[in-house]
Amino acid sequence: MTNTWIILGATSSMARAFARKVASRGDGVLLAGRDSEDLAALAGDCHLRGARMAEAVAFDARDPSGFAILIDRVKAEDGMISAAVFVGSMPDQALIDADPALIDGTVTDSFTGPARFLHLLAPEMERRGGGTVVGVASVAGDRGRIGNYVYGAAKAGFATYLSGLRNRLTRAGGHVVTIKPGFVDTAMTWGLPGLFLVASPEKVADDIARAVAKRKNVIYTPFFWRYIMLIIIHIPEFIFKKMKI
Amino acid sequence: MRWKAAEYSGWGRALWARGEVARPERQRSLDQVFAEGIVPAQGMRRSYGDASLNDKGRMVDMTRLDRMLGFDPGTGILDVEAGARIGTIASAFAPRGWLPAVMPGTGFATVGGCIAQDVHGKNHHVAGSFCQHVVSMELRQADGRTVTLTADATPDLFRATAGGLGQTGVITSARLRLLPCKGDIMMVTERRVEGWDEHLALLDASTATYTVGWIDATARGKGLGRGILEEGETNSGLVPRREKFRKVPFTAPRFALSKPIVRAFNEAYFRRVPHTGRTVVRPIGDFFFPLDKIHDWNKLYGKHGFHQFQCVMPLAAAPALRALLETIANSGLASPLAVLKRMSEGRAGHLSFPMEGYTLAVDFPNRAEARELIKRLEDMTIAAGGRIYFAKDSLARGADVRAMYPEHQDWLRLVTRADPDQRLATDMIRRLKLRSIA
Ligand SMILES: Cc1cc2nc3c(=O)[nH]c(=O)nc-3n(C[C@H](O)[C@H](O)[C@H](O)COP(=O)(O)OP(=O)(O)OC[C@H]3O[C@@H](n4cnc5c(N)ncnc54)[C@H](O)[C@@H]3O)c2cc1C
Repeated sequence: MTNTWIILGATSSMARAFARKVASRGDGVLLAGRDSEDLAALAGDCHLRGARMAEAVAFDARDPSGFAILIDRVKAEDGMISAAVFVGSMPDQALIDADPALIDGTVTDSFTGPARFLHLLAPEMERRGGGTVVGVASVAGDRGRIGNYVYGAAKAGFATYLSGLRNRLTRAGGHVVTIKPGFVDTAMTWGLPGLFLVASPEKVADDIARAVAKRKNVIYTPFFWRYIMLIIIHIPEFIFKKMKI
Repeated sequence: MRWKAAEYSGWGRALWARGEVARPERQRSLDQVFAEGIVPAQGMRRSYGDASLNDKGRMVDMTRLDRMLGFDPGTGILDVEAGARIGTIASAFAPRGWLPAVMPGTGFATVGGCIAQDVHGKNHHVAGSFCQHVVSMELRQADGRTVTLTADATPDLFRATAGGLGQTGVITSARLRLLPCKGDIMMVTERRVEGWDEHLALLDASTATYTVGWIDATARGKGLGRGILEEGETNSGLVPRREKFRKVPFTAPRFALSKPIVRAFNEAYFRRVPHTGRTVVRPIGDFFFPLDKIHDWNKLYGKHGFHQFQCVMPLAAAPALRALLETIANSGLASPLAVLKRMSEGRAGHLSFPMEGYTLAVDFPNRAEARELIKRLEDMTIAAGGRIYFAKDSLARGADVRAMYPEHQDWLRLVTRADPDQRLATDMIRRLKLRSIA
């Protein structure tokens, strides 16, 4: 059976690596995002790597009026439909502190926008009786920290949403994988100080593909972040609140 | 655009630079980088020396602009962004019957890097150099304009850019004419070669598409020049064994490549091929990029790094090349596996390395004795009418290089026009004074 992936936020380097991976297996890819020129380049690339179909489509998490057209485009594909969500934005916490209105956009990009889209897609996945949703959350969502708690809160919300969606789609034969990447070598982290154990987008894409194949529920990538976060989650709040990590 | 304060080196890890590096992931971010003024480009920094270093300056890392944009099966022309790696193109296209026409010994090299060094492969004797298969390229120039270069319509700028070390501008994409191939595996015939004369004779006589000689640079006397001749043809249908990638996780201590180990390694490498020779099936990657399977193998040389000496000598200077190898063997400083190849005259740029003759490449740990030896090898090369390769060099001096590259003045004239303020100069350009008149 053919498989088609709708990839939200396809211009990010993690999404690019993942799109290439499924493309080289012959899956179809709908590459969704705002930079249509960049998406067209990626579509060409996926096509040449073996994608059955590769097409750039418009998606703006902050403009839900465009979602319906996109859902129709997805429905036009036969076979199984899967979705991978890589959208999200992480403005500097200092910028947010100066302009709290930025919170709305961050939450829309990282949580409510993609959640709304997935909610429109879910009935179609149920109808077809399968497919996978890959949702990229973040280790930042596991515990709020002074450095990026707005982003973290949005990703935590998204992770909780994914958990509920998993509960729902499982009943129809579908599946949801929650991905919690640690530091990944992307444009977002390029040149930031204080990063360690930075993983390549290709490594993360490999982990995601493996998690999809094995129908994992929640994975950390690279895997050791599970243990790092386990420790961080268990630091008592009366200590944690004074820390700066 | 965020700039990263980086400390980085060439592949040899002997020369380092500190400076800011931007790494755009889309054309739009590349435009933002250049909005602040043009800066020189780097690919995967597989050049050994300082070609892609800019100490105290800025550089743009092109490796995330790496998409294959389009392919025409009728003509075999691939449109590809400059940061794409040769090995990626090969593995995507070989199963469909196409290969990059020229592939260097590492699949990690980017299209931009291959153009800027006008690289050669194991088929140089039949296919010529990389840029001879470049149909066109998009070049972002110092004045902010983007121009399309072709060998016919813009011959001057094309010849200054091919092998031009990035001095005419930043290549953003290129159209490459791929070569039809039978499939994604190689039939490789390996033969033991007992000595120098036999090695040259076999290289001269080889009719294979891909030919390379591996030399044990530690063998002396009668064994001088002994090694293994590899001849390869592409094929399809057979399923070779695949091996996993390995990684060198740390910078090795010095003894890792000490003399006895090197000698034992070479001996084993030589002996693994039976007297009678053999024909084996290999995945294309194993044949073209044998060292890529060990990630970061350059760290094996420890924290001081290493140098590669590569020269090409005219056919008639074969005796001088023999003397040069003898000097290397007698020094006892060489590392495993030197490479000997026959070259044709194929070259596309004013500063392209190839000339008809033989090319020899040898690695040395970065030690004072080795640096002195390399200096001597350079002198021997100049005296014999040969030249050394910018992709490998980290020790030569300006005067030496001018003697080896007779078209340097032509190149300089064009580059000065393209980038009058020398905004694209790199450490190599400054070390070799390639941009100054005298
Ligand atoms: C194991 C190994 C084997 C090798 N075998 C061979 C071989 O068989 N034959 C051969 O010819 N070479 C060989 N090389 C050398 C290698 O092919 C070249 O050094 C090549 O240039 C590396 O590409 P790169 O992308 O790493 O470029 P870099 O080393 O990063 O850059 C090389 C030069 O290109 C310029 N440049 C890079 N990208 C651009 C761009 N987009 N626009 C303008 N200028 C740019 C840089 O400024 C620099 O001057 C080998 C190297 C290694 C490590």
